[in-house]
Amino acid sequence: MLRFIVRRLLWLPLTLLLVTFLVYCAVRTGWHPEQTYKRSNPRATREKVEQYLAVNGLYKGWGGYVRGYFEWLWRFIQGPDHWPRSIKGRALVYPPLRYSIFNTLRLAGIASILGISIGLTVGTLAARKPGSWFDNIANTGAFFVGAVPAFVSGVILQLVFAVELGWFPVGGVYPPGHQGFDLLLMIKHLVLPVTVVAVQVIAQYSRYMRASLLDVRSSDFVRTARAKGLSERNVLFRHGVRNAMIPVATVLALDVGQLIGGLIITEAIFNYPGMGVYFLKASFNGDIPQLMPYLVIIVTSVLVFNLIADVSYALLDPRIRLG
Amino acid sequence: MADTAIPEGLLGADPDLNDVEALNVRVLTPFQMAWRRYWHHKGAAIATIIMTMLLIIVIFAPLTARYGINEQVLKIQEGNNVYLSPRSIAWMGTDEIGRDIYSRLIWGVRTSLFIGVTSAILSVIIGTTVGAIAGLRGGVFDDLMMRVTDIFLAFPFLVLVIVVRAALGNLPWLTAIIGDISSIRFLIVLFAIFGWMGVARLVRGQVLSLKEREFIEASRAVGASNTRIVLSHLLPNSIGPILVALTLSVAGSIIGESTLSFFGLGPQPGTNSTSLGLLVELSSSGAKQGNWWLVAFPCGALVLLVVCINFIGDGLRDAVDAKLDTGK
Repeated sequence: MLRFIVRRLLWLPLTLLLVTFLVYCAVRTGWHPEQTYKRSNPRATREKVEQYLAVNGLYKGWGGYVRGYFEWLWRFIQGPDHWPRSIKGRALVYPPLRYSIFNTLRLAGIASILGISIGLTVGTLAARKPGSWFDNIANTGAFFVGAVPAFVSGVILQLVFAVELGWFPVGGVYPPGHQGFDLLLMIKHLVLPVTVVAVQVIAQYSRYMRASLLDVRSSDFVRTARAKGLSERNVLFRHGVRNAMIPVATVLALDVGQLIGGLIITEAIFNYPGMGVYFLKASFNGDIPQLMPYLVIIVTSVLVFNLIADVSYALLDPRIRLG
Repeated sequence: MADTAIPEGLLGADPDLNDVEALNVRVLTPFQMAWRRYWHHKGAAIATIIMTMLLIIVIFAPLTARYGINEQVLKIQEGNNVYLSPRSIAWMGTDEIGRDIYSRLIWGVRTSLFIGVTSAILSVIIGTTVGAIAGLRGGVFDDLMMRVTDIFLAFPFLVLVIVVRAALGNLPWLTAIIGDISSIRFLIVLFAIFGWMGVARLVRGQVLSLKEREFIEASRAVGASNTRIVLSHLLPNSIGPILVALTLSVAGSIIGESTLSFFGLGPQPGTNSTSLGLLVELSSSGAKQGNWWLVAFPCGALVLLVVCINFIGDGLRDAVDAKLDTGK
């Protein structure tokens, strides 16, 4: 077990290097450095352009990609103060990135805690009596809700509850010009985006949980537990739910990436200043210095959570022995 | 299944159990049984009917659409043709420059369905090939393939699509083949690049479990080549899951196209075309003034389409699952 974890941990930096290199190449190909810089700064002098390219290590040609990557990497690991500055106005990259990360973590955290806990409860209740009215409603509901893309539900919720009824603000974290911290105001702004994300999480996890629990319920150890004379409640919770959680926990770790992706849409609709909006802005401007740290964070979190998923599966399921 | 269909008394008369016709049992081919299971799924049955109607409307778009893609609703007695609410001359109202939403929806669904179906077929072809090779050969290729697939599938779809789209769109030698970054062809290839991995993983799993079975061993014993085993044994036996994946992939591509269009990154194939995502995107800005029909119809059409395709996929999953008939 320990050897498995150590081996995977040793592979992690290597994979990270490789994937970030690929990302670097893709970004450099996708957003032509010189053109995007000139588009953002139409009156930049020749020296300015040269300086920008030199600072970011954006050399031309194939050899330039490798050299550029290592130069970028060296600057990157030295810390945020050494990161290249954004193409527009030479602003520091780190403060807005950190701000957006905290905003996204708040939105994602609340939405996933709400969504997962409700989803798991609904799934458990639905699997308790397959074919009952509750099961049918939950199943059909999850089926329909799962088919509604976030931008449709987001736009509709926004139009109905913010524009027409005016119960909630249209978007943002605070109204424009607001200073300081105000919990109530923040919650008011969070309600709609959290609902959009949470509803999708509920739809997904209630189906996972239901399928997983039904699978466990038909296994031998549940029959044994019943034969021992345990109450149905004990059978369901002590033996059923706990074992049904194993695949769900793995999916959970794997879904972190998709959650971040889904948040981009919600954030864009509600103009919520999170990582999604940050990424969209940076990609529209072709701002390579802003794009790279964002993508590195995404790559790292995806790989780390992938590892956690593998390890958690091995840790949680006693049947798996890895050497 | 068979025992429910045997009339009572027949067995008592001690019929020849090998003589199927004397038993008076209707013998169903596997396909007929799958067909029956499919129509037993109520959601799938309803979805199939709706989908057939939609397909007829969309395929015969030149006949069913009342106006052209960019044609404005004219001949209006009450003057302005902009932002008309639904009425007899424009069944679903008009948009900000007076175009008929109903007709534009038909043209848009046509484009979106075309993108969805083509990219799904493409990704299934690539995915099946890669998955079959990986499953059969095993070894380093298999390990590498599955590792790459794992990482790719774990990434946020939108981030990956935006980055890969930009990168591919800036390679002149590639865009010469697959079209400009804003063309429909480019988008189809882009979705195929993302779509094949799920299929490959699925087919690999199928191949891995099937190749240990006796009938494969038997055909190997009589000297069948790898190609023959794949083409005449492995693929026909895993056609069910592949078909389900194909259906769900169509829905995925339609949502993907709409999402990209929503951010203005979808196809902009000249002025003489539109797509579902483009309609949803355009509607969200116009609807802020209370023009509900701008949002309701495109969004409704998108959700209807996706729900129908998902139901059909669900029905197909039931249809290919022979276990449902035997009761266990």
